[in-house]
Amino acid sequence: MSTDTAAAPKKESLFSKKNRRLLKDPLDDSNPITVQVLGICSALAITVQLQQAVIMSLSVLFVMIGGNVIVSLLRNLIPDRIRIIVQLVVVASLVIIVDQVLKAFQPDISEKLSVFVGLIITNCIIMGRLEAFALANKPGPSFLDAIGNAMGYAWILLAVSIVREVFGSGAISLPGMGQVKFLPTEWFMSEGGFYENNNLMILPPMALITVGIIIWIQRSRNQSLIEEN
Amino acid sequence: MEYLSIFVKGIFIENMIFAYFLGMCSYLAVSKTVKTANGLGLAVIFVLGITVPINYLLENYVLKEGALQWISPEYATVNLSFLSFIMFIAVIASMVQLVEMIVEKFAPALYGALGIFLPLIAVNCSILGGALFMQDRQYPSIGEATVFGLGSGVGWWLAIVAIAAIREKIRYSHVPAPLKGLGITFIITGLMGIAFMSFMGIEI
Repeated sequence: MSTDTAAAPKKESLFSKKNRRLLKDPLDDSNPITVQVLGICSALAITVQLQQAVIMSLSVLFVMIGGNVIVSLLRNLIPDRIRIIVQLVVVASLVIIVDQVLKAFQPDISEKLSVFVGLIITNCIIMGRLEAFALANKPGPSFLDAIGNAMGYAWILLAVSIVREVFGSGAISLPGMGQVKFLPTEWFMSEGGFYENNNLMILPPMALITVGIIIWIQRSRNQSLIEEN
Repeated sequence: MEYLSIFVKGIFIENMIFAYFLGMCSYLAVSKTVKTANGLGLAVIFVLGITVPINYLLENYVLKEGALQWISPEYATVNLSFLSFIMFIAVIASMVQLVEMIVEKFAPALYGALGIFLPLIAVNCSILGGALFMQDRQYPSIGEATVFGLGSGVGWWLAIVAIAAIREKIRYSHVPAPLKGLGITFIITGLMGIAFMSFMGIEI
């Protein structure tokens, strides 16, 4: 096992049971947001619109993959005492790339995300996975772990933002399709109908309550996650 | 008057937790008892009060467009603001380390209370968030930036102490099993956020 692990693992173990678990577990059993409680800040703040949530998820996916792989490659070179600073520098450099790319190609979204792009640096999901996984594992599994956790993060973001945008604005704005409404336009109160959007959904507190409800549903389906107190 | 307004705004209206969700991770993880919550909250006030003014100086004399003019007029067009993330986080991480060492040497009692929380703080989003909001809002002087830092810190402390007090009590209530722990904390924080929204629009 020891001689060819250096070359073999990527090819051989990509679909092994252990590696599939790295991808699958973060989606449910060890979801970064609802179970590990990592990366909550951004998950709540930018879920007003689906579009922002998608961009944010992609940014986190990129930073996580980059960070996990780089730190995993460097793991034997980083002195233990200064590892936090080394990790922060790696992550901050990746985030600067994301920020500059967003500013260049998606200026509107970049404006809306404001400080939250920068806050990916201190997003605990990234530091948490670097500390817990990348520092102790080879680049291959770290890469898969990054994808798994970023996906677990992304689906919660998408779920929350879809709920908030549908109920809060009555429509989802998609790039290239404009506003996609779910009810006939004349039903809306502004057009003389009876339906009024729930503006509370757009305000910050409802993000917390929506995530709370997702946790409730998840844990009542998966009883092993229930906490003692 | 200006200072008071920024201070109160930082605590109630633009509360780090309820309006921007910054520092949520440690807020959820360390809010099981009031005592530890209080310690972490005080450490956050302390670190925000120190790092925001330092980052303010960095922003205005090094990073901003034309900020390097004080060295020589030929640097008037240099804009280093793309480096701000990495500079801010480096300042925060090293300041936290420095503060930890100074406090340990000169105020052992304070170190006993804050010590274990200080390393946690380098990766608390509310600290970097404070620096980034400071950059975003362009406060006119270092005094205002400092007051903003302190105000946000106090707001964060208030939020974490309040939720810790509620969580200590809620242990005796019948919460539906799947909601226990994390779920109910989210919902309570949401309700507290709705309560804090009533401060919106207050002008001093």
